[in-house]
Order: sequence, then C-alpha cells, then structure tokens
Amino acid sequence: MSTNFAEANSISRATIEIHEPRQKTIESKTGGGDAIEGKSIRANIPSGDLADKWQNFKDHAGLVSPANRKKLRVIVVGTGLAGASLAATLGEMGYQVLSFCFQDSPRRAHSVAAQGGVNACKNYKNDGDSIYRMFYDTIKGGDFRAREANVYRLAECSQLLIDQAVAQGVPFAREYSGYLNNRSFGGVQVSRTFYARGQTGQQLLLGAYQALMRQVNAGTVKLYAQHEMLDLVTIDGKAAGIIARNLLTGEIERHAAHVVVLATGGYGKIYYLSTLAMGCNASAIWRAHKKGAFMASTSWIQFHPTSLPQLGEHQSKLTLMSESLRNDGRIWVPKKQNDSRAPNDIPENERDYYLERRYPSFGNLAPRDISSRAAKERIDAGYGVGPQKNAVYLDFSHAIKAQGKKKIAEKYGNLFDMYRKITGIDAYEQPMMISPSAHFTMGGLWIDYDLMTTIPGLFAAGEANFADHGANRLGANSLLQACVDGYFIAPYTIANYLSNKIKTELPSTSHQAFVEAEANVKSQLDMFVKIRGDKTAEMFHKELGRLLYNYCGLSRNREGLKTAIKKIRDLKDEFYARLMIPEEATTLNVELEKAGRVADYFEIGELMCYDALTREESCGAHFREEYQTPEGEAMRNDDEFRFISVWEWNNGQAPILHKESLEFESVKLAERSYK
Amino acid sequence: MKLKLNIWRQESTTAKGAFKTYTLENLEKDMSFLEMLDVLNEQLVTKGERPVVFDHDCREGICGTCGVMINGRAHGPIGGITTCQLHLRSFNDGDEITVEPFRAKAFPVIKDLKIDRSAFDRIIASGGYISASTGSAPEANSILITHDVAESAFDSAACIGCGACVATCKNGSAALFTAAKISHLAKLPQGRAEARIRVVKMVEQMDKEGFGHCTNTEACQVECPMGVSVLNIAQMNWEYNKALLLGA
Repeated sequence: MSTNFAEANSISRATIEIHEPRQKTIESKTGGGDAIEGKSIRANIPSGDLADKWQNFKDHAGLVSPANRKKLRVIVVGTGLAGASLAATLGEMGYQVLSFCFQDSPRRAHSVAAQGGVNACKNYKNDGDSIYRMFYDTIKGGDFRAREANVYRLAECSQLLIDQAVAQGVPFAREYSGYLNNRSFGGVQVSRTFYARGQTGQQLLLGAYQALMRQVNAGTVKLYAQHEMLDLVTIDGKAAGIIARNLLTGEIERHAAHVVVLATGGYGKIYYLSTLAMGCNASAIWRAHKKGAFMASTSWIQFHPTSLPQLGEHQSKLTLMSESLRNDGRIWVPKKQNDSRAPNDIPENERDYYLERRYPSFGNLAPRDISSRAAKERIDAGYGVGPQKNAVYLDFSHAIKAQGKKKIAEKYGNLFDMYRKITGIDAYEQPMMISPSAHFTMGGLWIDYDLMTTIPGLFAAGEANFADHGANRLGANSLLQACVDGYFIAPYTIANYLSNKIKTELPSTSHQAFVEAEANVKSQLDMFVKIRGDKTAEMFHKELGRLLYNYCGLSRNREGLKTAIKKIRDLKDEFYARLMIPEEATTLNVELEKAGRVADYFEIGELMCYDALTREESCGAHFREEYQTPEGEAMRNDDEFRFISVWEWNNGQAPILHKESLEFESVKLAERSYK
Repeated sequence: MKLKLNIWRQESTTAKGAFKTYTLENLEKDMSFLEMLDVLNEQLVTKGERPVVFDHDCREGICGTCGVMINGRAHGPIGGITTCQLHLRSFNDGDEITVEPFRAKAFPVIKDLKIDRSAFDRIIASGGYISASTGSAPEANSILITHDVAESAFDSAACIGCGACVATCKNGSAALFTAAKISHLAKLPQGRAEARIRVVKMVEQMDKEGFGHCTNTEACQVECPMGVSVLNIAQMNWEYNKALLLGA
C-alpha cells in the first residue's frame, strides 16, 4: 500500500509550483490596486485525452480496503446536496463519518430551495445532446474561465446522477408513457433539464438526506445538527479536525479526523438581500482560508434574473422564481420611460421585449448574467416597472393563449401560487414583476482536480468550491455539481488521499493545535459579547450588503471598488466598536451567531473587491464598466486574464494573488455570443 | 400599521414560560410576519434585551424550519402557506396577535418559539428511504413510472417536515408526516421491495417518540402548507395491515 500508483504518478496532490516567485505589488492603471502578486498554481490534472482523464484517474487512484475504512474518520461540514450525498456515500463505503450542519435537521440545508431542475446529457429527447456538447455549453456559459477537465468530468458524471436519484425514489416529471421528461434552461439549445415540478432541489435533497439518515441508523455516520464550525485545526500543515459550537448550549467542541470536507455552500447572502436562506454563511470556508486554504474568483457572483423585486425597507429576502419560467414567459418593459400605466393597458407595439431584441437566437433563454445585466440596463435607463421602478415584466399571456391556462398551471402552478402568496397578484391575469438578485457564488475555496484545497486533507465540495462554472453558472448546473462532487468524485479522491494513511493515527484533540484553536474561538466570541454597543449585527450586514450591491454587484468599476474597500474597512471598525449582543456566549445566542458571520463577511467583501479590481476585463458575471463593447456586451481579455485569481490570506494586509493559468486544449476561445 | 403581539417567552426547556406583550408601530403591510419579528428583535437588542428566538431559514416556504401558532392556528390564518409566507396584509391595523410555539409532547420547546423536531429525523432514519447505495443504480429509464404515479408520489413527497400537522392535531400525532414518506416510497416501483419492513419500522419509531395516535379528525391536512392529503394516512394503514398479515 505504501507505494500506491497514484502517488507514483503524482496525480494525488495539488502542486503549487513557484515559477517566478515575485513579491511585486500589482497596481491597477490608476494606481493603488495594492494586491501582492505571488506564485503560479497548478491544478494537478491527470494526463490523457480530455475524455479519458477521469477514467484514468479512477483506474489508477489509490484504494482503501473495506477492513481499513472503518479506522479512518472523515468530517463533512454541511448537509446540502454535496455534504449529505458525500457523507452518505462515505458511510456506505464503511468510513467513520461525522456530519455537521447548523440547521435543526440536515433536510433543511439550502439545496432544498433550488427549483427548476438538474442537467444531465442523457439525450432522451434525441436532440443531439452529448457529453461534449454539455461540456462545451458549460465552458461557454462560464465565459471560458473554467478548467476544461473539471467541466468535462461534470458532464460525464451527470448521466450517473439521474440513475442514482431515480433509484432513491426522486419523483422526476414523467411522460404518460412512463419515461423521464425534460425541459430547457438558459444558455443551451437542447432539453437536458430533469425536474420535479418547481421543487427539484427539495426532492434531490430529500433523496440524499434519506440516504444520510440510513447511514446514521447504520451507525456509520454520526450526526451533529445545530453545530457550527468555527475553525479548522491543522497539524503540520494538514487538516486535523474542526472546532465547532453547539448552537443549543454554546459549548465549544473539538473534533478530530483524517480528512475534513467543507460542503458549506455559497456566500451570496453577503449582500443581505439575496435568494439565499437567512443562515447561509461563509464562515467555515473563510476560517479555513485564514488557516491557509486559498480562495479563488471571489467576486464572481451570479445575480439571478428572475427573483422578486424589493418592496420595502425591512425586507429580508428576495424570493426566487424559477428560471424555467423563461421557457414560456416573455420579458419586457414599456418603450416609454416612467410609464405608469398598468401592464395590461400597454399595447403590444409599446412594449420592448429587450432580450428577444438584443439576443434573437436565445431570446428569453439567454444566460443568467446576460439577462440580469440587460434588466439592470433597462431599469437604470428609467424603464423599470413596479412601485419602486426596480423590476421588469415576465409575461405569460402569449403562452396562456397558445397552450391554455391548464397546461401553464401544470408546468408552473406552484410558482404562480408562490407569487400570489408573496405579492397578492394573480400572474395568470397580469405579468409577474421580476428583478435580478444575488444568488450563486461561482467563486469559493480553490481546489485541485481532486477537490482538495491548498491544505492537504482539506477538501471542498459543491458551491463552497470554485471550480466548474467559470465566471457564470448555467441554470440547473448547481444541483448537478453538488451531487456529482458528493456522490461520484470526492469518494474516489478522498480514498486516493487516504490510501497511504491507513496507519496514520487519528489526531489527538488534546494536541496543542486544538487547544490553541479552541482558545482563539472562545476569545473571539467573548470579545463580541463584551463590546456592548448599540447596533445589531444585522444592521451592519444590511449596510455591507448595500455597499456591495452598489460597488461590487452586477457591474463594477475601478473607482467604485477602491471606494468600497475603504468603506468596508470603516464599517468593520464601527462594527467592532458598536456591536450589541445582549446574552452570554455560553448559551443559545442567535445574535452571537450572526455577529461571527458578519465579521467574516467584512473580510470576504474586501477580498471580493480586490478580486474584481485586479481583473481588468469583463467576463461572465464580472462586468467591469471600463471593459465593454459599444453595444454594452462584456469584453474579455484572454491575452492578459486567461487565469483564475487565487488568493492567499495575508493576516489582514493586502491579499496575495496567485494565478492558475487556464489551458484550453479542446475548445477554441471564442467571443461568447447569444445573438 | 400598528399591531399588539402576545408572544410566548420561555428561557429553556425546563423553565416555565409566559406570554409577554409588545406593541409595534409603523409596520408596512408588505412586510412578512417574520420580518415583523425581525423589527421587534432589532428594538429589543438595541435596548440590550434578549431577542425572541424563533425557527426560520429559507423564508420562501420550502425548508420547513419556521412554524408558530398564530392566534391558535399553525402558520397563521391563511391556508396552504408556511409562517414565513404570511404577510401583514393578512391582518388589520390595530389587531392583537397571539404567537406561540408548535406544542406537542414529542416537540419540546427549546427557547421561546423554537422547538426540537429531531423526532422527525429519527422516524426517517428508522426506514424512510430506499436502500440504493451509490454506484448500484440501474439506467434511469429502465424503471418506467407512469405520469400519474409519478405525480401522486410527488404529492406525498412534497412534505417539508415543518410539524404543523403535529401541532394542530389534538392527539399530537405524526401520522401525516410519517404516512407521507411511507406513501411516497410505496407508490414507486423501486420502493416496493422494502415497503413492508419500512412501514413497520417507521410506525414503531413514531410511537416510540411519544406522538399520539391518529383519530381521523383530518385537522392535519387543513394546516399542511404543502397540501399533503390524509389519503396518505389511509395508504399507511393499508401498508401496515398488509405487512402485519403477510409478514414484514
């Protein structure tokens, strides 16, 4: 076992190669970018043709025998699709698994809220779909800023996922004949999206949750619900465990493992108003970052084009309406600025179907970044609708006329019901009002091909990592990535990592590293409690969110980003002076939970601005106003920015930028056109 | 608008709780019910007082975390929604509203409006799954399931595990929750193999958790935000009797 093939062929470890170790300050063109340039990073992609890489990896990866698996312990933080599927699968294989979630049940993780569907290139519709086509759509959808090998593997494993979910009892939509049904999503010209009404995420998550609970029952997985990870513990540079807080008692606990996996989701909630759940946070990945795991593409955040607009000042959430609605809904604004007529009073020839006008071949199914930006452009130009003039119309009257109300109700009934519950408006009678909202983080912890971060033994799965979506995620690819990471990729790559550690003892929780990490966590919590100021954590969160929406949201520019960095620092200083937490740290304390998350958001927000500032091009969701075509389309700069920005924590000083160059061997870089 | 709130405050599971009255002014009708609690908590915290603890997360009616009794009704006066989907436009200016936790023997109060529903997880762990380990699945289209069966299985699977059915039942029964999962899996061909052993184990666990028996009042389906039907309970009873007669 000691000389496993994987190690001999060096496909088991991320390699950080220092080509030209520089410590030069990167300055933006007007000066003052202030990020420090570091090393060049390699992702450890297996050799061979694109189509063979994953099979090559699996054929040669190290294995752990069934008898040895029960000696090895894996911590999985998060029980969304990535975390639950991985914990269940590792449990089935016979590893000791500790599964953590902050929610009161693993079934409530935010994957549950995904609506529209999950992509897989089964080609059931006989419309020319294939692994390569799905790979190409995803690479192009991500504006050529993702790794070819990762994306190809995602498409390759998509077929297996549908088989797995059906076997678990996920009630996907069916034809009358009994065969599986599909629909279309943005950015593609085939039907490859599998769905369970508008609750695909819920049904997939329940499948993974049930598989997880089966392992809890079997004793292979130990579940820690209502626990929040507050630090990563490393010993000799390797992941050794976590410090977690029992949210019910306030008790701080130490947990050791051979491998730690973070499957903690995205950080879109940093904007406060977003489509995410109130508890979604980045603290696990951020604290791992501060322990040495690099972050990547931090500012690449997707704004979903079809969420409900903000109605009032106290709003806490922008509810998403599934992208699937764009299959039959047509998006428009009035041709006249500040038109205050009711939508049904505006005649056809006075409506501007701006997506159909600007992107005739994809029309209302243009990808999310493009649709969101086009909506913002119309709203900013004074054509917005609704009481706050911050929305556009999504109109079903044509579809209802063509297909009948019954057919539309069957496809989208629950979404129309949800819309009525929230707004009191019947969308069968008048158009919905929609608006872009912060939704998905393409950025996250940097990982190599094995999903391992720059800390050996620390893996990141699902939205918590950065890898597969480039600068823009295609609809219905996020459920896919989370599931594929958890069911089909990490179980192999973790086994490969563990294959030469079967004699390694479980780290001791009385090791000095655990003692210090626990002490640091406790002193931070005590510090928050002792401030006793006059503002809640949420008040700061809302202010930070507004700042980021304005300066590092749907569009960014150099001056704005520099302003934002300064304003975030000021706000952070104020936070540490004026925060108020009424109760002690040693009890159930919701305000304290929020404070820890907001404290991390300040630092991530700052890194987002550095990330956006140093990337002097527009690509996908990252739209720099200085870099656009005369028609307002994103202008990529492949010569200078064909790389992933990989960030190293620098103890609160300007972060250090490393680069992972993106090599395209199978696709030709092209202008990303949906016209 | 202005509302008077009588909110249940309770320090811990073992502490004695009581109602406390708060008056909120300048509320907007487009605010959600939980956003109103946010406003209250902001006022309490900035004064240095302990905020009201309540369960909530997704705030779009799908995670099943939220749920309180509002004027005696689970999830409030409107049918077919969760607490987070309730908006103040459903109330009148000047209304007095009583807010309590979901109460049941098997759902102990943790603090204020927050309750412990881990009994639901243990019911699922006892058998609420199809034992399809990763890697063993056949090609998806090799299992044919007609449109109507898939839709019916979905109706059962739509349960979000909020516990409104238990809270509203005079017996504190979890029959609707348990039956929804049993029916979802029993309706599907891939779930039939384990149907008998599943129903026996899940019903046994449900009883062990201290939930009451179902006496067919059908109150549960009235308050279920997802419209899960009591016909699921009929199917559970059918599956259970079959298992007893034919052996699990």
